[in-house]
Amino acid sequence: MTAHAWLEFGAWLALLLAVAWPLGELLARVLGESAPTRFERGLLRVAGVDANAPMDWATYAKAVLVFNVLGALVVFALQRLQASLWLNPAGLPAVPTDVAFNTAVSFATNTNWQAYGGESTMSHLVQMAALTTQNFVSAATGIAVFLALVRGLTRAQTDSLGNFWFDLTRSTLVLFAIAVPVTLLLMATGVPQTLLGVSDGASTGPVASQVAIKQLGTNGGGFFNVNSAHPLENPSPASNLLESLSILIIPAALCFTFGRLVKDRRQGLALIAAMLVIFIPFTLVGLWSEQAGVPQLSALGVDASAGHLEGKEVRFGTVSSVIWSTATTAASNGSVNAMHDSFTPLAGLGPMVLMQLGEIVFGGVGSGLYGMLLYVLVAVFISGLMVGRTPEYLGKKIEGREIKMAALGILLPSAAVLVGAAVATVVGAGAIANPGAHGFSEILYAFSSGSNNNGSAFGGLTVNGTFYAVAIGLCMWVGRFFVIIPVLAIAGSLASRKKVAISAGTLPTHTPLFVALVVATIVLVGALTFIPSLALGPIVEHLQMIGASS
Amino acid sequence: MSATTARPLFESALVKRAVVDSFKKLDPRRMVKNPVMFVVEVGSLFTTILGLHALITHHGDTSAAFVLAVSAWLWFTVLFANFAEAMAEGRGKAQADALRKARQDVQTRRLASATRGATFEKVSSAILKKGDHVLVEPGELIPADGEVVEGMASVDESAITGESAPVIRESGGDRSAVTGGTRVLSDFLVVRISAEPGQTFLDRMISMVEGAKRSKTPNELALDILLAALTIVFLLATVTLRPFSAFAVNQAGSGTVVSLTVLVALLVCLIPTTIGGLLSAIGIAGMDRLVQANVIATSGRAVEAAGDVDVLLLDKTGTITLGNRQASDFIPAPGVTVKDLADAAQLASLADETPEGRSIVVLAKQHGLRGRELAELQATFVPFTAQTRMSGVDLQGRQVRKGAADAIAKFLEEKGQSLPAAVRDVVVETAKQGATPLVVADGAKALGVVKLKDVVKGGIKEKFAELRRMGIRTVMITGDNPLTAAAIAAEAGVDDFLAEATPEQKLTKIRDYQTRGHLVAMTGDGTNDAPALAQADVAVAMNTGTQAAKEAGNMVDLDSNPTKLIRIVEIGKQMLMTRGSLTTFSIANDIAKYFAIIPAAFATTYPALKVLDIMRLHSPTSAVMSAVIFNALIIVALIPLALRGISAKPAPAAQVLTRNVLIYGLGGVVLPFPCIKIIDLTLGALGVA
Repeated sequence: MTAHAWLEFGAWLALLLAVAWPLGELLARVLGESAPTRFERGLLRVAGVDANAPMDWATYAKAVLVFNVLGALVVFALQRLQASLWLNPAGLPAVPTDVAFNTAVSFATNTNWQAYGGESTMSHLVQMAALTTQNFVSAATGIAVFLALVRGLTRAQTDSLGNFWFDLTRSTLVLFAIAVPVTLLLMATGVPQTLLGVSDGASTGPVASQVAIKQLGTNGGGFFNVNSAHPLENPSPASNLLESLSILIIPAALCFTFGRLVKDRRQGLALIAAMLVIFIPFTLVGLWSEQAGVPQLSALGVDASAGHLEGKEVRFGTVSSVIWSTATTAASNGSVNAMHDSFTPLAGLGPMVLMQLGEIVFGGVGSGLYGMLLYVLVAVFISGLMVGRTPEYLGKKIEGREIKMAALGILLPSAAVLVGAAVATVVGAGAIANPGAHGFSEILYAFSSGSNNNGSAFGGLTVNGTFYAVAIGLCMWVGRFFVIIPVLAIAGSLASRKKVAISAGTLPTHTPLFVALVVATIVLVGALTFIPSLALGPIVEHLQMIGASS
Repeated sequence: MSATTARPLFESALVKRAVVDSFKKLDPRRMVKNPVMFVVEVGSLFTTILGLHALITHHGDTSAAFVLAVSAWLWFTVLFANFAEAMAEGRGKAQADALRKARQDVQTRRLASATRGATFEKVSSAILKKGDHVLVEPGELIPADGEVVEGMASVDESAITGESAPVIRESGGDRSAVTGGTRVLSDFLVVRISAEPGQTFLDRMISMVEGAKRSKTPNELALDILLAALTIVFLLATVTLRPFSAFAVNQAGSGTVVSLTVLVALLVCLIPTTIGGLLSAIGIAGMDRLVQANVIATSGRAVEAAGDVDVLLLDKTGTITLGNRQASDFIPAPGVTVKDLADAAQLASLADETPEGRSIVVLAKQHGLRGRELAELQATFVPFTAQTRMSGVDLQGRQVRKGAADAIAKFLEEKGQSLPAAVRDVVVETAKQGATPLVVADGAKALGVVKLKDVVKGGIKEKFAELRRMGIRTVMITGDNPLTAAAIAAEAGVDDFLAEATPEQKLTKIRDYQTRGHLVAMTGDGTNDAPALAQADVAVAMNTGTQAAKEAGNMVDLDSNPTKLIRIVEIGKQMLMTRGSLTTFSIANDIAKYFAIIPAAFATTYPALKVLDIMRLHSPTSAVMSAVIFNALIIVALIPLALRGISAKPAPAAQVLTRNVLIYGLGGVVLPFPCIKIIDLTLGALGVA
């Protein structure tokens, strides 16, 4: 690894933490227990909801589902009808049913998997009214569910988890408040913001506003087909830095928010530490592998001094590309500034594993943290037993119901990945572009990305066929709501519990040892599931690559 | 039942019975209750069929010898797990058999009404109902649990407690409870039966130690769920591997698809069989350890709760201090000699048979006063009553009394006098030192104070310090005044105390702790302890206590030793720790098994994966066999640990965690590598791989 790589990555991390910390504190103040403002009350009154009505977990979950099903239906309808609606300067026809279904689910689940080419498929109306709206509210849904879980941990002997409609409204406004300055900054770095369809011979449109929230809301659905590798979506090193930081900024900040909300900052620090312990090595391995290059290409006389440049924007080079690819898959963002399909096997392995872990290393806005907390509960359970007490986390006893739900929340997305990929190897093998182990990696990556609501694509796989559109659509739904429902069930069950007093006999959940245990649980439970399939994909690719050179 | 002596881990009779039971337990209706081992059993059956198919058709899944060898070891895995459970149960059964001998059907006299003189009929003890009255005479067994309503007798309870010295049982008071199966040695008892047939204490005890009606505890259920979830995850990971492998073979154009046998082997190696196989043994063994400590719990839940307890309410007398207070000093009032005080104190105590009274006589002797006979002095003894709270003698017009300061003050006031300020000061000073002051008065004159000292048990302070390090608060309960209580509390090193405790105050204290999120354990014996016992999370009733106390508690201590509470907490913690540590160990093992099986499974398709075979195993078949054999043998190797429990030294949670993570987590990652290698070398040397 070059000094440049160390320096850029180090500075990037430092900058991330420096912004995330104060933002997290600020979010705690805004998202903490406070009454609706007059503006919010007004909005909610227009919608006809009582913002103060407390909801138990089942009611909360129902509200989440109703809202998101309706959201998906609207997105679907707008796509099918776009030809006869306004703001369609390019005159694009209706989106095919299977792709429209896939896209509707994709944007409702905060996945933003794109089975379509952005600028050549969707009208401005769909991009703005359907997709950008979903970019906000799907992320806000994640924050709302996270808040409900925090309330489960902090409240005692109640069944109220707060009110989803209020949480959703507040979270959307917060995202909006962060997205506006980021949009302006992006415009300053050269990202266009216009309602014209074509400018200077290139497709364009309201790019900056959509890019801001696609990055901040861990959405990832780009305005353009090649996403942030497009010179208008990501024109300069400044925009690249801003966009890549925006990927992780809210998920990282929410860790600090969490510490604040549970009234023990160390708990939040422990979570972000566990995330970094997984994130940093994967980035470093990726950087090392990309800079080492591909022996077969070097043998052909390709200059490898700048690392492995296939599929990369030369404006960004290997370092900025790997940082982005790791960040975008660690968070469930999925936006790209390079083609992951062309990465060296190990640099492609990192993103794949980060997704397969369940998008919990930073993860989606809100969803990353509640997913992480599922693993924390499992870690607490096993290590709690090891100290000879009924396990407890933040003063709440963790019993059968919590473990059952946590297991479901971890298990179902993994099941979707494995089953989806298995079916695809049988019925969808025709869609792969590259034979051999790499073809398998492409399939595995697609289902890992969809089932864990990442949305990034390895590429190489033709995914707009009916099989992939429908199968990945279903996986995305499972990966999102079959986690949200168990999380809310846990929140409900924790809220009803008493708070247990803390003593020297209590398992401390802020120590380096506990962080190590959480990481070990994630690696053992999360990764062991995928080791056999990874062995048939990127691992064997890597071994073949280095084997062939020796 | 000499339950206090530890049974050796492997008695040959027990082992024999356990071996037979391991086969009986193969019944799938039983196995299905343990999802992890059920999956192994299904896998064993499946590979057996594959093996037979290969043997007959000669072109089955893969070589018949290999399939059958894997299959055999999978069966061993199931049997070893069954053996562990059977061993744990066997140890309980042996104890139950001993208890059963005490539960014989006896002929007993059922009375028409609750007096000795009532008419009776001879009936079998089996038909006695709750509320019946029976007459039990010397040499006869008490037919069922009950309460003495008439009479007083010495009873041999060794069948239950293992304690050979007979105990007194009498009507009224705190010693009225009798247990079925114990023998009346002298006098007679009229007993009102308090348990329906089949639900007596002895019955409960038998079913408890046998584990017959053992229902899973909350933590055990939660762990079961986690293990089942892991099993499903690994089931998916291995089942999908077949199409993945087929795809890989198709793409690579070389090799063969991974065989079903290898997939089953991989599955069994990955799912947490070690903990799955030992889980119920750990639970049964935990209960067994409790029985060996002579404590009977009404449920496994109670044992588990004991591990969670973080506040112990301990009675001062008998737990923290030795039962008896000793007179240590005579402190006379101004103008009174020590000798006069000693003389009066001795007179007042001559007929007082309490240990305190006797210690006063002994102390007076040290002042040169010999014991005298009340009869010679023509004195009449005035016993202690709850109203006067004094005792003493009346002789030759003198009224000599001793009692608590306020009682004597009242006595003096009746005679128009008051307690002198100097004596009051001594009383306060004595109390501050943790001793109990007794004021002695002769008529209207206060002579001085006898200092009764509480003797704190040796080693108890260290024990409390240990508990504190484990995060457990100790609270001393005493009837003493706050000053005395504070001094003893400081000397014994308890965290908190409740002085002048009444049953209501105890109850309030427990509720108070519970609302602050603590789990409270206490011991009790009297009927007035029953509400507090019912409220406490872990309530240990003394076997000598009343029926009400026993029913309110969730454990009964047969030795009636209040210090036992601490041991119970340790046993509860140890059981949870053993489960947690073996779970960690079981999951950590998977890493090595991957390194053994993955390269072996795909060696023909992708030879490059050979690099992952870091153990350099003999051949793909030997690699798979070694992993499977290790997986089976580790269960057997850990049976002693499961039965004995892991070492649970008192320490703060953070320290315990570090230790167990190092031993069972890190150890679990590392250990399988050399073990699998050794098995592989052995297989190679035997020429079977």
